[in-house]
Amino acid sequence: MNFSEVFKLSGLLCKFSPDGKYLASCVQYRLVVRDVNTLQIVQLYTCLDQIQHIEWSADSLFILCAMYKRGLVQVWSLEQPEWHCKIDEGSAGLVASCWSPDGRHILNTTEFHLRITVWSLCTKSVSYIKYPKACLQGTTFTRDGRYMALAERRDCKDYVSIFVCSDWQLLRHFDTDTQDLTGIEWAPNGCVLAVWDTCLEYKILLYSLDGRLLSAYSAYEWSLGIKSVAWSPSSQFLAVGSYDGKVRILNHVTWKMITEFEHPAAINNPKIVVYKEAEKSPQLGLGCLSFPPPRAGAGPLPTSESKYEIASVPVSLQTLKPVTDRANPKIGVGMLAFSPDSYFLATRNDNVPNAVWVWDIQKLRLFAVLEQLSPVRAFQWDPQQPRLAICTGGSRVYLWSPAGCLSVQVPGEGDFAVLSLCWHLSGDSMALLSKDHFCLCFLETEAAVGTACRQLSGHT
Amino acid sequence: MGDWMTVTDPGLSSENKTLSQHTSETKMSPSSLYSQQVLCSSIPLSKNVHSFFSAFCTEDNIEQSISYLDQELTTFGFPSLYEESKGKETKRELNIIAVLNCMNELLVLQRKNLLAQENVETQNLKLGSDMDHLQSCYSKLKEQLETSRREMIGLQERDRQLQCKNRNLHQLLKNEKDEVQKLQNIIASRATQYNHDMKRKEREYNKLKERLHQLVMNKKDKKIAMDILNYVGRADGKRGSWRTGKTEARNEDEMYKILLNDYEYRQKQILMENAELKKVLQQMKKEMISLLSPQKKKPRERVDDSTGTVISDVEEDAGELSRESIWDLSCETVREQLTNSIRKQWRILKSHVEKLDNQVSKVHLEGFNDEDVISRQDHEQETEKLELEIQQCKEMIKTQQQLLQQQLATACDDDTTSLLRDCYLLEEKERLKEEWSLFKEQKKNFERERRSFTEAAIRLGLERKAFEEERASWLKQQFLNMTTFDHQNSENVKLFSAFSGSSDQDNLTVHSRQPQKKPHSTSNGSPVCMSKLTKSLPASPSTSDFCQTRSCVSEHSSVNVLNITPEDIKPNQVGGECTNQKWSVASRPGSQEGCYSGCSLTYTNSHVEKDDLP
Repeated sequence: MNFSEVFKLSGLLCKFSPDGKYLASCVQYRLVVRDVNTLQIVQLYTCLDQIQHIEWSADSLFILCAMYKRGLVQVWSLEQPEWHCKIDEGSAGLVASCWSPDGRHILNTTEFHLRITVWSLCTKSVSYIKYPKACLQGTTFTRDGRYMALAERRDCKDYVSIFVCSDWQLLRHFDTDTQDLTGIEWAPNGCVLAVWDTCLEYKILLYSLDGRLLSAYSAYEWSLGIKSVAWSPSSQFLAVGSYDGKVRILNHVTWKMITEFEHPAAINNPKIVVYKEAEKSPQLGLGCLSFPPPRAGAGPLPTSESKYEIASVPVSLQTLKPVTDRANPKIGVGMLAFSPDSYFLATRNDNVPNAVWVWDIQKLRLFAVLEQLSPVRAFQWDPQQPRLAICTGGSRVYLWSPAGCLSVQVPGEGDFAVLSLCWHLSGDSMALLSKDHFCLCFLETEAAVGTACRQLSGHT
Repeated sequence: MGDWMTVTDPGLSSENKTLSQHTSETKMSPSSLYSQQVLCSSIPLSKNVHSFFSAFCTEDNIEQSISYLDQELTTFGFPSLYEESKGKETKRELNIIAVLNCMNELLVLQRKNLLAQENVETQNLKLGSDMDHLQSCYSKLKEQLETSRREMIGLQERDRQLQCKNRNLHQLLKNEKDEVQKLQNIIASRATQYNHDMKRKEREYNKLKERLHQLVMNKKDKKIAMDILNYVGRADGKRGSWRTGKTEARNEDEMYKILLNDYEYRQKQILMENAELKKVLQQMKKEMISLLSPQKKKPRERVDDSTGTVISDVEEDAGELSRESIWDLSCETVREQLTNSIRKQWRILKSHVEKLDNQVSKVHLEGFNDEDVISRQDHEQETEKLELEIQQCKEMIKTQQQLLQQQLATACDDDTTSLLRDCYLLEEKERLKEEWSLFKEQKKNFERERRSFTEAAIRLGLERKAFEEERASWLKQQFLNMTTFDHQNSENVKLFSAFSGSSDQDNLTVHSRQPQKKPHSTSNGSPVCMSKLTKSLPASPSTSDFCQTRSCVSEHSSVNVLNITPEDIKPNQVGGECTNQKWSVASRPGSQEGCYSGCSLTYTNSHVEKDDLP
């Protein structure tokens, strides 16, 4: 595993282009576009203010930079550096900005969710969509980019509008049987829309593209409900994480629950591998100073090393006692992600913040548990294979695959606290983001491993 | 009680004594009554005996006292102290002997009484100690009773308390339930209140929003604008189209197309899955049939009805297999059939497996209980036996060593050794003689047997000759038949072999109606019986004849034989039985050739033919 040099970054704004050729990152009000392979700067754009949001267009030709404070969006073209576009929302303000899937329209949400403005880069036309709902996930596009679903609120009732993205024509408009809709999400095949209610009530509704209600599911009443939802890439399963610390898997034929995954703090099944991160503080005894000799090229000595140990069952995981009289308690399954081949599901239970559960979807059972030393910040699956990258806000990045676990120290000056990470399309590399810096981490492909081995043997 | 008191307190008042005596008499058993009386009377007697005697007799009242004593004694049943007087007037004389006897008797009685007294006293003591023991026991038991009573009361108290507690808990539970209900109601009311408030707030908020919208948007905000260098082309390279009804319709169309595609894709997947499952089912069924059919045969042969169904089932399946295309066409038509048959097969398989399981478990049980244990016992016995043998061998070796040593020691003693040797020789001679006689007897037996064998061989030779003659005659006849009724004969064979598939008796009737068949069957009959004979006798030329005849027959029937369905494994078995029967028939060449044997022979023949086929 190799690491690039460390580059400056602000606001955790660093994104690979959808075609995987470029890497855009922001430093204050500057947008830097680099070539992924050489890491040379391809373009450098200067915006009017500190950038708060960037997004690549789907065809990787444009990048939008949003400056919410100023109500401004600036768009840059990669092909024509001199081309520029600036959208000013004026006194209406701006809270969100995103591309439409065709890469020629920008959707700006004004302050107080008064409306969504659809700006076109092709024509002068401007469209407005009124009554967007202020919620966690109010807009969603189908994978093929044909349709957009939008959550709306009118007369104290929730509605969903489906738009055709090519001409922003309203295709369907229907009310949903929800108290306070919180999120909507298209299935990857673009034919089913999942709609879930506020956390006060456990309710998830499934609508067909033509607005028919396919099914409604509710696991229980009277308690806090859904916290997170994820579709499997095959559209076969819908995983619903809730505040009771369980993940329920619904199937796509009957829309009924197949199984529920509990997240117990004690693991007794000897079949489950529990990887426990263990700190190995460097021995500072007098006799040990010179031996073993410090590794060359590893930079300054890390303060401590960590490695995974396979814990022998039964294992009890560290749990947080949630404060129940506060809003948004730290309980329940808050993070959910399917592996790209739909074989595995990674989850995090928020009151066991140090652990990542990996479930085997083929056998519908727990496969492995990783317990980190500090709370898990983020995890993301390799887009190409079942390989999970985890970061905990420390200077290490962790990788899990069915074969085993790995803990890697990020080299560099000082402490590189990995707050977030994102995979490259090919799965060969990933960007590790800290508060002020980012670096690329190149995973060894087999050829690279081969050369490395040869080099090693040559050295020895 | 009274008894005890008299012993311990002899100085009690006479009233008390009599009372106690009375009570003791009523309570005592009759056996102890006598001793009691004796005891009571003897105590005062022994006390003042001396003073009584001194006062009783003086010199002047000897006569009176004697008479008094006599009276007293006679009343007690002693003989009189006086001599028996002959006359009334005569004065009675004192009989010294009688006096002495009386005294002696009295003394003896006294001694006896004393002994009895002693006994009674010891008994009394014993009984007293018994009493003590019983009393202590009684008190102990009383205590125990008391404690258990107390315990019981304690337990009852505890039970009561627990019940009380339970009642309280029930009450609490009820209260809690009520509380929960109340809280739920409160939650519900709060929720409605909250929703109501929310709605109100939202309405207000919406109003505000509307107002804000008007204010912000209608102000002709110059700032809201897009500053763009030049418009870029659409991603698909086309120009944007106007919104019309047409586009709306097109959008709808496209949406439905997408939905349709999705459904079609899913249907295809389901179809594929279905096909896979069907295939699996089919294969399962086939395997089940193949698995079950050989096992079925045995039990089914006993029950004729079921065989029929099974065979038809198999045929049906074969038919189904041939039209597999139907499977792909629709599930509905075949589904029921398939599931039914699978279910049936499954049931059979299940029962079979269960049966096997039972057997296995039985065998296991038996095996573990009997065989294993027995084998272990055997093992132990064997080891014991072997150990014994080893011991014996050791002993023998030891004795031999001793003998050798003795021999060495007594080597000089030649006479004794020669004598011993002679003794041995004599013994051996006798044994040999016995063996010799045995051998002779055996030899005699053998010779007798050999004679009988040779006779049998001669008889067999004769029989064979007769056979050969008959065969020659038959061959001749057949040859004639073949030349004259060739056509007819082949027809018969065909007819005959067509029936060979089943083992019914119909064949018998058919054959009995064909007179021409008779020689044919005989020709077949002889070779088979000869082939049987050849097993015991050296090869004879008749076997080659048999081959010839067989080939000749096979020429006729080969065509038909080839048509034999795979079902005639069973006829084969039947044929096997029949050949056994026929053996007796064929061994008597003179007897009439039964149609039965002919029929059975064709089976064997067909079987043989089949074996010859590749």
